[in-house]
Amino acid sequence: MAMASEAPKDGFRLSMLIYDTRFRSFTIQVIVLLLVLMGIAWLVDNTVQNLAAKDKDINFGFLWNRAGYDIEQQLIPYTNDSTHGRAAIIGLLNTLVVAFWGCIFATVLGVFAGVLRLSKNWLVARLMTVYVEAFRNVPLLLWIIVVFVVTSETAPQPKDFKVTAEMVQTGAEPPAQKILFGTVAITNRGWNIPAPLVERPLGVVNVGSVPVNLTLLAVIAAIVGSVLVNRAILRRARRIQEETGDRPTTWWQSLLVLFAPTILLLLALGFHIEVPAFPTDETGVSKGFNFQGGILVMHSFSALLIALSLYTGAFIAEAVRGGVLAISRGQTEAAYALGLRPGRTMKLIILPQALRVIIPPLISQYLNLTKNTSLGIAVSYLDLRGTLGGITLNQTGRELECMLLMMLIYLTISLIISSLMNVFNSAVKLKER
Amino acid sequence: MSDTHAETAFIRTEMLGPQLPPVTERGVVKWLRENLFAGWTNTALTLVALFVVFWLVQLALPWWLNGVWNATSLGECRTIAGPEGGACWAVIKARWHQYIFGFYPQDMYWRPIVAFGLMFVALAPVLYYGLRSGARLVGVVAVLTVVSLAALDHDIGHVVLAAVVMAGLFALAWVAPKRLVYVTLLYPFLAFWLLWGGSIWKPVATLAGFGVMVLVYRLIQPRLGVVMGTATGFITACLYWLFVQGSVTAALAGVPPELVPVNSDQFGGFLLAFVIGVTAISCSLPIGILLALGRRSDMLLIKTLSVGFIEFIRGVPLITMLFTASLLLQYFLPPRTNFDLILRVVILVTLFAAAYIAEVIRGGLAALPRGQYEAADALGLDYWQAQRLIIMPQALKISIPGIVSTFIGLFKDTTLVSFVGLLDPLRGVTQIVRADINWKGIYWEPYIFVGVIFFLICFGMSRYSMYLEQKLKTDHR
Amino acid sequence: MKKSVFLGVVAATAMTAGFASAATLDDVKARGELLCGSNTGLTGFGAPDANGNWVGFDVSLCRAVAAAVLGDPAKVKFVPTTGETRFTALASGEVDLLVRNSTWTFSRDTDLKFDFVAVNYYDGQGFMVKKDLGVSSAKELDGATVCIQTGTTTELNLADFFKFNNIKYTPVTVQDDSEAQRQYLAGACDAYTTDASGLAASRATMADPENHIILPEIISKEPLGPVVRHGDNNWGDIVRWTYYALLIAEEKGITKANIEEVASSTTDPEVRRLLGLEGDAGVMMGLDNNWAKNAIAANGNYGEIFEANIGTSTPIGLARGLNALWTQGGLQYAPPLR
Repeated sequence: MAMASEAPKDGFRLSMLIYDTRFRSFTIQVIVLLLVLMGIAWLVDNTVQNLAAKDKDINFGFLWNRAGYDIEQQLIPYTNDSTHGRAAIIGLLNTLVVAFWGCIFATVLGVFAGVLRLSKNWLVARLMTVYVEAFRNVPLLLWIIVVFVVTSETAPQPKDFKVTAEMVQTGAEPPAQKILFGTVAITNRGWNIPAPLVERPLGVVNVGSVPVNLTLLAVIAAIVGSVLVNRAILRRARRIQEETGDRPTTWWQSLLVLFAPTILLLLALGFHIEVPAFPTDETGVSKGFNFQGGILVMHSFSALLIALSLYTGAFIAEAVRGGVLAISRGQTEAAYALGLRPGRTMKLIILPQALRVIIPPLISQYLNLTKNTSLGIAVSYLDLRGTLGGITLNQTGRELECMLLMMLIYLTISLIISSLMNVFNSAVKLKER
Repeated sequence: MSDTHAETAFIRTEMLGPQLPPVTERGVVKWLRENLFAGWTNTALTLVALFVVFWLVQLALPWWLNGVWNATSLGECRTIAGPEGGACWAVIKARWHQYIFGFYPQDMYWRPIVAFGLMFVALAPVLYYGLRSGARLVGVVAVLTVVSLAALDHDIGHVVLAAVVMAGLFALAWVAPKRLVYVTLLYPFLAFWLLWGGSIWKPVATLAGFGVMVLVYRLIQPRLGVVMGTATGFITACLYWLFVQGSVTAALAGVPPELVPVNSDQFGGFLLAFVIGVTAISCSLPIGILLALGRRSDMLLIKTLSVGFIEFIRGVPLITMLFTASLLLQYFLPPRTNFDLILRVVILVTLFAAAYIAEVIRGGLAALPRGQYEAADALGLDYWQAQRLIIMPQALKISIPGIVSTFIGLFKDTTLVSFVGLLDPLRGVTQIVRADINWKGIYWEPYIFVGVIFFLICFGMSRYSMYLEQKLKTDHR
Repeated sequence: MKKSVFLGVVAATAMTAGFASAATLDDVKARGELLCGSNTGLTGFGAPDANGNWVGFDVSLCRAVAAAVLGDPAKVKFVPTTGETRFTALASGEVDLLVRNSTWTFSRDTDLKFDFVAVNYYDGQGFMVKKDLGVSSAKELDGATVCIQTGTTTELNLADFFKFNNIKYTPVTVQDDSEAQRQYLAGACDAYTTDASGLAASRATMADPENHIILPEIISKEPLGPVVRHGDNNWGDIVRWTYYALLIAEEKGITKANIEEVASSTTDPEVRRLLGLEGDAGVMMGLDNNWAKNAIAANGNYGEIFEANIGTSTPIGLARGLNALWTQGGLQYAPPLR
């Protein structure tokens, strides 16, 4: 903006608040501040009046009342006797778990599709174009519904896995079989996958009201410890290499350090997997409605995850393609001149440079994916919106509190993701001098 | 020596024609070899891709081919299609108008169609300001509008009227392309009148408010400057809208021309999607520009407010904004205020879009070389003059692809309004169709129909924005 | 600046838009239109047909109220509400009346500050299972997967029922009836639970109804009825008595077809009061004395509405059961009109 030259030194006039560029910005800010404050006061006043008219108050006490409803997917223990607050936390965790896996899958898918779209193979490039355009130009809501219906219509029903009395007599097999050596059953209700179990658990300690599983903690500690020790070994090897020029053989040390402690710990704990199966009676006839044991991954979760990954993957593919195309052709030619093959050129030369172009759009895609998890409403996935902003809101009638809390949580998640990614971005950014 | 040459019979006197390349290096075979079967990995990829295509086709093709077009209920469809089953397109044939227009009265379909056609006429000067190419767009739109009217409306009067209006606009676009911008300015009011009906004097009286604003601005600006002029004009216009407009409208009520009023609860399907999408994007543009300027402002307070607003909106999902429109907005407004859910949704979607548009425009502003700002300062332009004459025209031009993709995203997201009980094409209308006892249990056909329309619209727009991006690249960097 | 623009626009709109006030009747009359909260589409109870005309059991009650208040059953605007938005829509004055198979519960009546003015359908939550599942009682559903609609009382009832009987289940929450039906048919859940009327309607429209059974247990009471806001008793009275007028009409044999004939010939004092030939019943509520006559003429009496939309002659085929008149062993009982 134009800076005025040294102004004449006559006295201050009121009109200078408007005409003098030194004071004008101050005037404008004061006016805006007043208007904003008035606006906020107006909103608050309205809210107070409306609440009074409806004989309501703002009270978050309902979060400690009994929820009374059940949630199908729980990452921490929950029953219908738990509180609304706990239900909200369950919902938050469900949101986060979809967002987390969604970001990973979408990235993998997006990088593959983006690179393959530039492939020399005509058919593959066209197929990837079809994939990208189909997903980018049709509402996500439709894809979520389609994936959900396809997964729940095509998979066999649990009862198709059951052994009936007739089958026991004739020795026939049930119409549907578990896959992966009889450990995983894909039904139209979800995926029954084996659960890792230990025979001699270390127990659970309650920290406040949050139960902490010591067994899990021990395993994580073992893995982290081995990785750290492995890094120390590698560092030592590098130091020796730099000092003497000979690199000591470390692969067997690494292997031992990385896997032995964890395996020993698991053996000591009595680790085994629990395969989902129908309970049977003495003659081998299956009973019950569902698989027992193992972990059930609900279809609402898997469908939401698949649809979100495919949809966001298409956008990431475009970002990746744009990034790759932004790298000058000379880089590829130089790599070829060095004798690198196309695959390695992409992996070693192009992608690392393209990454800098790709990351900013990638951040916004991660944010979009996280926000789009709220579309789980279409398949009734009980995420944060489904619990706090759905059933809890509906049963308690506290719209204001539930909605404000929900928006605040979403906002916090978004800000955390974008600040994390920005840190990453500035770490990989080309350091210009 | 030359004789020797002539006598040696084995020396050719004319060149041989070029030989055809070997069979593996030409035609289809070469193409196949280079594009599909170059190397092992490539061949494997091709085979996998072929398998995927084949699998998809054999899965869906019989169902498509066995489709039933003439039936009155799903049961009848099932009977006709027989045991192998087939698509029941009869539901689309019976209910397509609800997917397009919702419950808009059938004898008034000409109104949304004309409004839709005029939208492109209004867009023409935005896309091709002062160019004859705009006339070409207007011509195509005019023909399409009249044809679809002739197909859908049985009243020949409407068709003739639309044909005359469109021909007039085409002539205008051809003779004086710059004048078409007045159509753009009038369009919001015209579209409102066409879609909602009622007395024409209501939108005219509202429009008069802008007249008041411009008038006051013209009076004040020479004396007190741009800022005061704008502020006074704005305040006067607000006062007019709040206190005068109501009585003006009331006084003119019943004076023709008048259209049969249509309630907004009768809007649905793609009509609703367009109303929400187009209104939100066009209203969010000015707000977005202000927010973008605010974010780049030197004034700390304005910058903080803009950043806070943008980041808040961008941090929450659209669905929470829709639930806010449906559940919360009434808490923040004066007691006993109550207005249409569609209007509330449009307001919040506009705010939502404004934050995204602001970021797009901020990108455009950031892309301008610093020299442009300095040049404007050097010319002695003040802030608003510089923005209006130098910065914005360039920044907006760079931002057009971004604005189009924001619009595509928003247009797709209008499907979410079904969660607050509005009749969006995807879930809202489908739910109603399925509640009909004749079509209870139908599943894929409506989704495919709606999905294909969405794809055509969005794909068309994204291709168009890519074309624009190419065309607008005037720099020679 | 931006914010003030927004507020200005909102304020301008607020001024021109209507006001909802405590005197709902005056608002409705001034508006010339009744705003009725309805389903987004539930077969038989409320859904628009191919031309956008709303039809159904609940819809007919809205039309009767509109006829009683405004004299014209067409002067209704139906506002589709979802299970999650319905009560807020009513509380905020977006609708004057909610007739959307909503269950009368204590907390809705007290905590949410509504009045359930009548019960137009006595329902209860039941279970539907496939016949080949070999289940004959809901108590045998230990370990089963159950489909259930969100935003309703059914999810609380279901949790209570299984807890009380000390058996386990896996809930599959769904958004709406058609989605629940699809999942149930695909076998994604063993049982589908909702109001028994809804189950019957779903079963009736299936391709193979004989392969599905509705279990004998009715695990809850679901009195469904029209809802109005707390605090406007006159409006509540109007809705309540419009409904009772339909019941009295059935009791007295007044139908849509014979109402004019009855009006000209009747000597029954209650019928004369009902049809406005004697007394000032309508005026006492701030209506026309023809209110009940208009309401009955709109879609007929309660029995006719029932038969036309969900009765045994329709594909839904619900029997009257609890919803028969008290004289025929049901629960529908109108207080005397005097």
